Parts: sequence; structure tokens; C-alpha cells
Amino acid sequence: MVSLVTRSGIWFAVLLLAVMASALAKDGGFAIHMAICALAALIGMIVTLRQADVDSIARGILKMPDQGRYDDDPIRWGVIATVFWGMAGFLAGLYIALELTWPQLNLGLEWINFGRLRPLHTSAVIFAFGGNALIATSYYVVQRTCRARLAFPGLARFVFWGYQLFIVLAATGYLLGITQGKEYAEPEWYVDLWLTIVWVAYLAVFVGTIVKRTEPHIYVANWFYLSFILTVAMLHIVNNLNLPVSIFGSKSYPVFAGVQGALVQWWYGHNAVGFFLTAGFLAMMYYFVPKQAERPIYSYRLSIIHFWALIFLYIWAGPHHLHYTALPDWAQTLGMVFSVMLWMPSWGGMINGLMTLNGAWDKIRTDPIIRMFVMSLAFYGMSTFEGPMMSVKAVNSLSHYTDWTIGHVHSGALGWNGMVTFGTLYYLTPRLWNRERLYSLRMVNWHFWLATTGIVFYAASMWVAGITQGLMWREYGPDGYLVNSFAETVAALHPMYALRAFGGLLYLSGATIMAVNITRTILGHTLRDEKPMTETPYDAARDVPLAGAPAHA
Amino acid sequence: MANKRIDDATGVETVGHEWDGIEELNNPLPRWWLWTFYACIVFAIGYCVVYPAIPMVKSATAGTFGWTSRGALATEMKAADASRAGLRAAIAATSVEQLGADPKLLRAAIEGGRAAFKVNCVQCHGAGAAGAKGYPNLNDDDWLWGGDIATIHQTLEHGVRQPGDDATRMSQMPAFGRDGILTAAQVQDVVSHVRVISGQEKPSASAQRGAKIFAENCVVCHGANGEGNRMVGAPKLSDAIWLYGGDRATLTETVTNARYGVMPAWGARLDPVTVKMLAAYVHSLGGGEATPAPAPQAAPAPAAAAAPQAK
Repeated sequence: MVSLVTRSGIWFAVLLLAVMASALAKDGGFAIHMAICALAALIGMIVTLRQADVDSIARGILKMPDQGRYDDDPIRWGVIATVFWGMAGFLAGLYIALELTWPQLNLGLEWINFGRLRPLHTSAVIFAFGGNALIATSYYVVQRTCRARLAFPGLARFVFWGYQLFIVLAATGYLLGITQGKEYAEPEWYVDLWLTIVWVAYLAVFVGTIVKRTEPHIYVANWFYLSFILTVAMLHIVNNLNLPVSIFGSKSYPVFAGVQGALVQWWYGHNAVGFFLTAGFLAMMYYFVPKQAERPIYSYRLSIIHFWALIFLYIWAGPHHLHYTALPDWAQTLGMVFSVMLWMPSWGGMINGLMTLNGAWDKIRTDPIIRMFVMSLAFYGMSTFEGPMMSVKAVNSLSHYTDWTIGHVHSGALGWNGMVTFGTLYYLTPRLWNRERLYSLRMVNWHFWLATTGIVFYAASMWVAGITQGLMWREYGPDGYLVNSFAETVAALHPMYALRAFGGLLYLSGATIMAVNITRTILGHTLRDEKPMTETPYDAARDVPLAGAPAHA
Repeated sequence: MANKRIDDATGVETVGHEWDGIEELNNPLPRWWLWTFYACIVFAIGYCVVYPAIPMVKSATAGTFGWTSRGALATEMKAADASRAGLRAAIAATSVEQLGADPKLLRAAIEGGRAAFKVNCVQCHGAGAAGAKGYPNLNDDDWLWGGDIATIHQTLEHGVRQPGDDATRMSQMPAFGRDGILTAAQVQDVVSHVRVISGQEKPSASAQRGAKIFAENCVVCHGANGEGNRMVGAPKLSDAIWLYGGDRATLTETVTNARYGVMPAWGARLDPVTVKMLAAYVHSLGGGEATPAPAPQAAPAPAAAAAPQAK
């Protein structure tokens, strides 16, 4: 009972503080944010006082089976959150693509103009969709590969809900115009502090589970998850060293100024790609690809070498975002050469993923989920070749500031991060809800083709747009004068922008099919009446390399 | 715990660990992968030798050839400047009125002006110099302050209504409605009159009343027949060309609150040769007028301007 009183007392204190901060707020955005925090504390207090069992309530609403050998409830919530935020993020992306093509869609409203919706889109897909996928899968993978239940189950649930609060504060902040102006780190100081608390709790849950493992060795996926959690903590804290103007206001200023500030920002920004979108998702790949393919990982040695090479080299590559700027030449040089050296360590993950299918390549024909994994690894390979190439200064002088960068990011985000997450969600849902299989495999196939076609439209149009833009910017006439005005380059890109939006529409359509499929699987609908996809029989005996085959009569 | 076995499908040995059913094969690093990785490292080291790379106490290593990005930019800029130096000197030595005397020089000036226009002017006047609401079209022969090359040059050099520039183009229309000079009804009457002389409306009682108000308040600048006055940049009101718009609502807004269009004094922002080149370019767009003979202000066809009123 003491703990009940203490816990509700803490909630009440938080509620009181949030209400006070809201009342004393210097700006409207801060007042709204503190009101959201107060609401969260109120819900926490009511739940505590009523001694509600959140897990069983959620189990009832979300049709979740009872706890099994592992602590899977927060993972089930995470699967649903991933689908939800993914849809929100893709929709926002499509809308801003249309805004770029037809600026009338800003509708003259400050809340939905491109400048505010763009960070909403990037944060929704990276941190809300990607972040929820990473947290949920890391909980799933670490338990199974350590053969241990989650350490600190209460903290694990706090991480889930705390992270959702972070997402809500970040997203509403963007719409209200609250930003510290740092790409992929737009939330202001108090939201940053909150995320730090949540992230340290996440680290504790993850490390705690590894510590109590009953396996002698730590599986490679867990190395990647751990490097992702640790590095993101470091990046987040250093890049958000800000001094608030007032503790009752949203505005703050960074301690690093000028080119130092830019370098810290891109050290953060590049390693958000490296450790959030690469290391974390490689961890997912290292568990779900071999599980779905039912094959051993291709090479243990490769996984060790490419892991250490990747995390050692990635952290130095950030300055390539600041080529031909006030950043000293030596830093630009190092940013470039570390990016070039990063090429093979990045590809190590692709090789290990793709070659894991050795002995099971026929599954590409029959298993749409394997198809997604293979396509995601192919896009991973493409964008990790493209990245080092674009970091070479000669290439960068053409590509920098153009839409080529946007195309590069999206071939990685839509192709690699998106596809591997979709495959993982399809793998997890039937297992977490004890269903025979997904509601429909044909719908997975539809999703696969819509997403793939969408990415092709997106990446191809942005390559054309970016190179067009770069060439037009640098075009000089025979008299030595610039040939194009900026407005003329914008006009030239218009058709490409329309094609890009079309690609986004295809991708969103695919994701919508996934949302329906997963919802129906969760709700336990009877399997869709459709032609089976997995009818092709698999004969392991026949699936051997030609050279090693014994001669048959 | 080493539970090594040979994997059937590939014939490769596993390393003997197993996690939740996942095993690992003991394949070596692919050779092509390893050698490409080494090659990238060798390239990186070589690049760091040739280019500035290693930070020391005071500065960084300079690299084999002492290359710097600032140095490379300065070299390129110097080469570009040198290639244009002769031309720029010739333009600098020629007055804008005389640019036309040398067709080659004029062509070069126009090309330079076209480039400078794309950087500095398109934001308001548009990529095709067709203007926008509040920003004049530079392709036609309707000029607020004058369309011969010297006058255009003067307007460019000192700007329009630029504080701090004594020679800037200066004038201000009174805010007839806001400042209570005219009542709202009188404003409507003047608007009617203006719409009649610009041929947009049939004469009416309101326009007749407006004509009287126009004569008392507007002719000083806009002329008896609304023909405009370039001395004060007063637009011609008797044609179909409008700076802000000739519809009733826009005209009401203009007469009530007046307008105060501005343009930067480019002489303070660009070098004199570039301003000359801009003048040549704008003059070449189609509406450029010949440099006037001694007597300025040739009255432009009053008969034609009066025609709509007579209807």
C-alpha cells in the first residue's frame, strides 16, 4: 500500500508541476505542451489509484493472448504503434511532396506549411515508425536470443509509454512552430530531457536483459542493438546541449555556435543514420532474416569484422555533410575518406544477409516476406554504395543541396528501413497473437510490389531532379555568366516532383494494405480466401550447389 | 558447448553456437570484399597525404600540393575575372548612352546584364521580366520613370524610394481615403472616372462627379487626361497596363491607402559595370526608348489619351 501511495503521490506531484508550468508559460506552445504532460500524469495517477492492470486491459482491447514464456506485451503494443506511426509518417510525406509540387496546398495555414510538416514527416518515419520498430524488436530479439525474460518489466513499459509521449510532444511542437532548428533533432530542450530519461531507461532494460541471459554468448543482433542504444544516447545528449531562455518557455539556444555547431549537428545527423537507421535495423536483419529463411547466418567472421569496422568508421563520417563550407579542409578530407572506407563494412551486412539465403533461394519465389527482406537488403546495398560515392568531394560538388540527396535518403529509408520493418511486422504479428499465419499472404505480395514500384518512382525521379538541378546551377554560358536563375531550376523540376509524389502514393497504398492485413490478423479474422502462395514444394535435398552434387545415375 | 556440424545445403561447417534456432556458418570473409576494403583504406591514406588532413596544434597538414578550398576558389575566380577584364574595362570607360555605338560591346553588356538580372532581379520582376502585382513589367514600353537607357540606369543606380540615397526616385501619392482627404463615396467616384478613362467602364453619373474630384486632386501628378508623369513616377491611367490592378476593388485600395513601391539602390550593392550591364539588358527587353534629343518630355499623343474620355 505504501508503494501505491508513493506512486500516486509522484504522479500527483508531476501533475501539479505540469499544471503550474502551463500556467506560468511564456509562450502558447509551452503551455499546450505542459498541458499534454499534465494530462499524461493525470492518466498515470488514475491508473495507479484504480490499481488497474494495464497489461490485461490492453490484452482485452488488443485481443492479445496471455503472457507466454517471454514478456511480450510491450512488443505487441510496439507492433501496433509502429503500424500507426508509419501510416501517419507516410501520409505526411505524401502531403508535403504534393505541397512541393503544388504550393497552393499550404492553404495559407502556418500549421501545415511545408516548413512545419517536413520535420513532422521525418520525425514520424524515423523516430516514431523506426523507433517503435527498433524498441519492439529489440525487446523481442533480446529475450529470445538470451533466453531470458525482460529485465525491469515496469521500466520496459515506461519506455514504451514515455517514448509515445516524446513522439506526441515532438509532433505537436512542430505544428505549433516549436523547433530548435537542428535537422532530425528539432524538439526543444524539455522534450530532449524527457527523451534522455526514457532512453536511459531503455538502456537499463536492454543491458539488464543481456546480463541475466542464460546463453553463454551474446548474439550479433544484440551487439548491433546495444551499439545503437549507446551511441544514440551519446549523440542525443551532445547535440542537444542547450541553454533554455526561461524554464517556463520553449525557446533555447545551443552551447555550440557557428561552424562548431554545424559540425556537432552533422556528427549527430550522420550517426543518427549510422546507428539508428543502420546499426539498429541491421540488428533486426540479423534475427529476422535467418528466422524467416530458416537458414544459418552466412559468416560469423564477417559479422564480427563488419560490426567493429562499421561502428568504428561511421562515427567519423559526419563532416561529409559540410563539404565546401566554412568547415576546415582537413575535417572535410577526413569526413570523405572515412565515408569511402565505410563502403565495405556497410556491405558486410548486406552480404551476410543475402548469403544467408544460400540453400533457400527458392523461397523468394514462394515467400513474400523473404522477398521483402531481400529487396530491403538490395536497397541497403545500393544506398550504402551511393552514400560513400556522394561523399567524394568531386561528386558532392554536383549533388550537394540538390534533390539527389533526398533520393538517396529515401532509397535507404523506403527501401532498406521500410521493407525490413514490413517484413519484420509480418513475421511478428501472427507469432505474437498466436495466429496460424497472416490474414493474407497475397496482400503481402501486393504490398511488396506497390512499395517496390513506389521506391523506383521516388528514387529515379529524384536522381533525375537532383542531377538536373546540380547541372543547371553550375551551367555557365560562353561569356562566363550563369545561364539559369534559381526560379528556372525550380520550374524544371516540377514534373519530377509530381512523379515523386506518385511514388509516395504507391508506397502509402502498399502500407495501407499492410495495415489492413495486420489488423485483420490481430483481430483473428478467418484467413482470406485466396490462392496459396507457398504451394511450391521445397526439397532441401535438391537445393545444393551444382559443383558439390554427387553424380546421379 | 561447441556443437559444430556441417550444414547440409552448403556443406559449410557451423561455428557451433545457436540462439533461438539461429546458427552461424564458418565461411571466411569473401576475398573480393576484403581486398576492396583494403583498397579503400589505401585510397584513404593516399588521399590524406595529398590533401590537408591531419589536425596539428596550430594548423593541419597541408598535403602534397598545398591545396586549399579557398585557394582553389580564388584561382577560379581570378581566371574568370581575367577572362572578362578587357570587356569590363571597356564598359567602364563607356557611358551608358554610348554603349549602343559599339554593337559588340552592347551585346556583351546585355549578356552580362542578363546573368546579373537572374541573380538579383527575378525575385520581383520574374524570370521573364514580366513583373507581378506591384512590380513593373520591363518588357513593354510603359515606363514609370522613363525608358531610355540613361534613365533606366539612373533608376537602377539609386533605386526607388530608398532612404539614405539623395538621388533616389522619390514621390508619394496621398492616402486619399485613409487620411480623410476624400470620403468613401468620393473615392468610388474617382475610381469610376479612372475606369472610364482607361476604357473599362461606360461613363456614368459617378464618373462625372469623379472627373471633378480627379481634376482637383489627381491631375497634378497623373495629368489632365491621366497620361501620367515620369518626373514623379506617376503611372499612366488611360491605358490597359496596371501596376497593382485596374479592377474596382484594387483601385479603391490604391486610392484609399496609396502605394509605396520600392526598389533597392543597386549602385550601393553591385559594382558600376554590373549596373551598366543591367541597364543595357533591361533597355534591350523590348520597350527601350531612344536617348531623347535635348528637349525631354515629348508629350505622348494627348489626342489618343483623351479619346476614351470623349466617348
